[in-house]
Amino acid sequence: MVQFVFRTEGLTKVYDSGDVQVRALDGVDLELYAGELAVLLGASGSGKSTLLNILGGLDHATSGRVWFRDLDLTDLGDRALTRYRRDHVGFVFQFYNLVPSLSARENVQLVTDVAADPMDAAEALEMVGLAHRLDHFPAEMSGGEQQRVAIARAIAKRPEVLLCDEPTGALDSKTGVAVLEVLNTINDTLGTSTIVITHNAGIQAMAHRVIRFADGRIGGVSENARRVAPHEISW
Amino acid sequence: MQALDKKLLRDFQRLWVQGVAIAAVLACGVAILLTGIGMFTALSDTRAAYYERNRFADLFVDVRRAPDTILPAILSIDGVAAVAPRVQGLAVLDLPGRVEMATGQILGWPEGDEPALNAPLLRSGTYPARAGDVMVNAAFAEANGYEIGDGFAANINGQRRELTITGTALTPEFVYTIGPGALMPDNANFGILWMTEAALAAAFDMEGAFNHLALSLARDAVEQDVTEAVDLLLDPYGGLGAYGRDRQVSDAFLSAEIDQLAAMARVTPPVFFAIAAFLVSMVMSRIVTLDRAEIGLLKALGYSDVEISIHYLLLAAMIAVVGVGMGWALGTLLARTMAWQYARFFDFPYLLFRVPPWVYAVSGLAALVTTMAGALRAALMAARLAPAVAMQPPAPPLFRRTILDVAMAALRLRQTTIMILRSLIRWPLRALFTALGLGAATASIISAGFMWDSLDRVIDQTFDQSMRQDAMILFTEDVPLSTLATIARLPGILQVEPQQMHAVILRHGLHEKRVALEARPRDADLSRVITPDGRAVDAPPGGLMLSHRLARQMDLGPGDTVSVEFLSGRRETHDLVVTALVELHLGLGAYADMDFLDRLERRDGRVSVANVLLDPIRTDDLHLALRDIPALSGLILISDNRRSFEATIDANISVVNGIYAAIAICITIGVAYNAARIQLSERARELASLRILGFSRGEVSGVLVGETMLLAILAQPPGWLMGAGIARALSNSFSSDLYAIPLVLTPSTFATASLIVLAASFVSVMLVRRRVDRMDLVAVMKTRE
Repeated sequence: MVQFVFRTEGLTKVYDSGDVQVRALDGVDLELYAGELAVLLGASGSGKSTLLNILGGLDHATSGRVWFRDLDLTDLGDRALTRYRRDHVGFVFQFYNLVPSLSARENVQLVTDVAADPMDAAEALEMVGLAHRLDHFPAEMSGGEQQRVAIARAIAKRPEVLLCDEPTGALDSKTGVAVLEVLNTINDTLGTSTIVITHNAGIQAMAHRVIRFADGRIGGVSENARRVAPHEISW
Repeated sequence: MQALDKKLLRDFQRLWVQGVAIAAVLACGVAILLTGIGMFTALSDTRAAYYERNRFADLFVDVRRAPDTILPAILSIDGVAAVAPRVQGLAVLDLPGRVEMATGQILGWPEGDEPALNAPLLRSGTYPARAGDVMVNAAFAEANGYEIGDGFAANINGQRRELTITGTALTPEFVYTIGPGALMPDNANFGILWMTEAALAAAFDMEGAFNHLALSLARDAVEQDVTEAVDLLLDPYGGLGAYGRDRQVSDAFLSAEIDQLAAMARVTPPVFFAIAAFLVSMVMSRIVTLDRAEIGLLKALGYSDVEISIHYLLLAAMIAVVGVGMGWALGTLLARTMAWQYARFFDFPYLLFRVPPWVYAVSGLAALVTTMAGALRAALMAARLAPAVAMQPPAPPLFRRTILDVAMAALRLRQTTIMILRSLIRWPLRALFTALGLGAATASIISAGFMWDSLDRVIDQTFDQSMRQDAMILFTEDVPLSTLATIARLPGILQVEPQQMHAVILRHGLHEKRVALEARPRDADLSRVITPDGRAVDAPPGGLMLSHRLARQMDLGPGDTVSVEFLSGRRETHDLVVTALVELHLGLGAYADMDFLDRLERRDGRVSVANVLLDPIRTDDLHLALRDIPALSGLILISDNRRSFEATIDANISVVNGIYAAIAICITIGVAYNAARIQLSERARELASLRILGFSRGEVSGVLVGETMLLAILAQPPGWLMGAGIARALSNSFSSDLYAIPLVLTPSTFATASLIVLAASFVSVMLVRRRVDRMDLVAVMKTRE
């Protein structure tokens, strides 16, 4: 039997700014499976980031429901959502969001210090190929390296899901591919359910499943019969 | 309105809390400058006008009995412009409806017209014209609720006289009205009385003579020369030595106050302006950093570097305008508070409460210039940004490993703690100035707070240890020692001890000082000289014991010989050895053994003051009995003195402490709030990241609160040092011939100051913390720095 990590029912998010109402999500029913690498593809403004934020416990839906396994996230308060993020979710953002005053190792330790069963910070950095950059500060690293530190920081607590919002958005093709390789490896070796948001259609080839987004709705879901390794992708 | 002006207004609207926090610090500087210079000017102008209009004398001399025939000789002294002789004396007053005796300083009123010098200003009624008429100082009438036509009795030189009040007046001679032996003005118990010269002369047996002379000097006169000439002429008649305004009690107190105001205006405001400039510099630099992209855009659109610099300078100017406005309001209020204080202590007919307009202009300009100076760096930074570079995001701040990282690793600190420490190490100057600002706040509280303990010590040493008598009985002139036996038989007297007061001039080298020499019998129990460590010391026979302050002024040490000219008795001059020095808080003490002085004067024992211990339940009987004793000039109840001293000091110090604490809180909020806001702005992204990583609000706020509070705690020891330094300087600057404030610093003063500053810092940071709680995580993460 297939296990769900996330399930949503009629998920709707409306941004209400006075006169104008924007429906960022418009009744999304979606199931995401344990262990899969799913790519959410869509133009900017299609609502995919909003979905990711709600799945990651950063935002609340206007209506509809969302579950993480058996946990109903829909009505959780701030404290419980903080707990949920701390225990289960790893985030990777377009702009890395590293703490500039902490070295690579210390940025990862930020998470390992508070996680229940973390891996060693050095081990996490080794997994992303940065064993030789442990004590460098963000300002001393390239964009690709900074993003890999961010990934190491996200996986170091052995999260069940890894949510990546345009992880290659700020990177050139070659560096971007290296980052995707890391995500792929982690999905393969740790079995972490990984959701990658992108507007870059090239990336969809590496996914188990591709979910297309348009105007706050799911436009279609397809499974890749044959997945392509990241190094074969280019854009 | 141009678009750039709109941006200016909106920027200010966005920053208003920070702006107001800085403006508050600026306002303190403006307010103190305003109050200091304003009241200094007002008080000096008032004094000058009052002295001028009412012909306040330049020189004063007391004499035993000089004939009026000497006056032409005095008038012909080169430099003397006018003279005003009079008869004066002390009298015991018997006020209706009151058992306690009051003391009056009675001054002769010349026939016909008002005095040539020290002319009183009539407030109500008329001048005294007949023998039973008396004009009293307005404060005495007010304190006792007297109206024109009311009467009381006076024991004048042993004769009881019924007097009727014909008028009330003020005089430049008694702007600060303090009775003999009193420490504070007490208008109910001490009054200035004017009676016709004829009546007074008859009472004191002074017909055709005077015992007090006031002189005014010509513009080009040399005071020293005139003094010597007058002393030479009056010496045969028992002249006690002419003295200038600097030794005239009322003017000396007034001058001390005016000097203090000038010092306050000079020293304090620059500190506030410096802190405000630093805050402006810190905040404006941050704004320019945040506005990078906008600055680039504006330049791309064709705005010049100058226009952009001016834009940011104007933003700072708006803060200055708010600060100056607040400062003016606060300063006006403060000036009124001080004016109210002055009204309690000084009897001016008119006090110019109005702060001169130019002081407003100067204080406003000073604040504006300081603020501009603080904003200059940021404005130049904005001007120097190249448009293409400006539109790029700034490079992340560069952190490097330092030796401290080894220490931090060894301590296995939490990452959030490391974030705090690295930030302090990365921007050491900012951390230093923030800490100095907070330290200055602590120092400000200490510099006022130490006064409680210092004055407690003064009170303890003065009243609990030194002046242990319940009352002092004063005689119009020295009486034989045998009088003590009579005193001892009066109702309610439990113990009586003699004391002598001699007016003397001490001379050593070029130093010359007129002081009161006190003489007591050995092992006196009621009135004692107490050393700082609490020991009672007697002046060793065969020499003088001097207070440290007096010895310093005269450049004297133990074993030195000093020439002592006695202005009363045989009026001889003796060379005496300084046998001991002693620390004292009040007055310029000089002490001798009573038997020794009597032998020196070759006379039987005499008494100027009888110190007595009273049976409290029989005090009223004593007052009644004393009314009928001739040669009595007053009774001073020490407990009254102590009460009024304590009450005055409590009121004063409470006001001063309140003002300094408010100032400290202003500084703390200005510094701590702005420091935390800037941190929040720089760290919004990091803090949001921490929240997303699963850190709780408390943990995330900990970083923000932690850095500012760590600085606040680190700021305390330097704050203590600064505070102790300022307290020492104040204690020195308050020292005059009249009194000295000892420097007493207790742990509780430091602890209170630190607690107030730490609490104010914490509140300021918690205000910023609310912003962390409300932070929109998604928005922060989505925006590119």
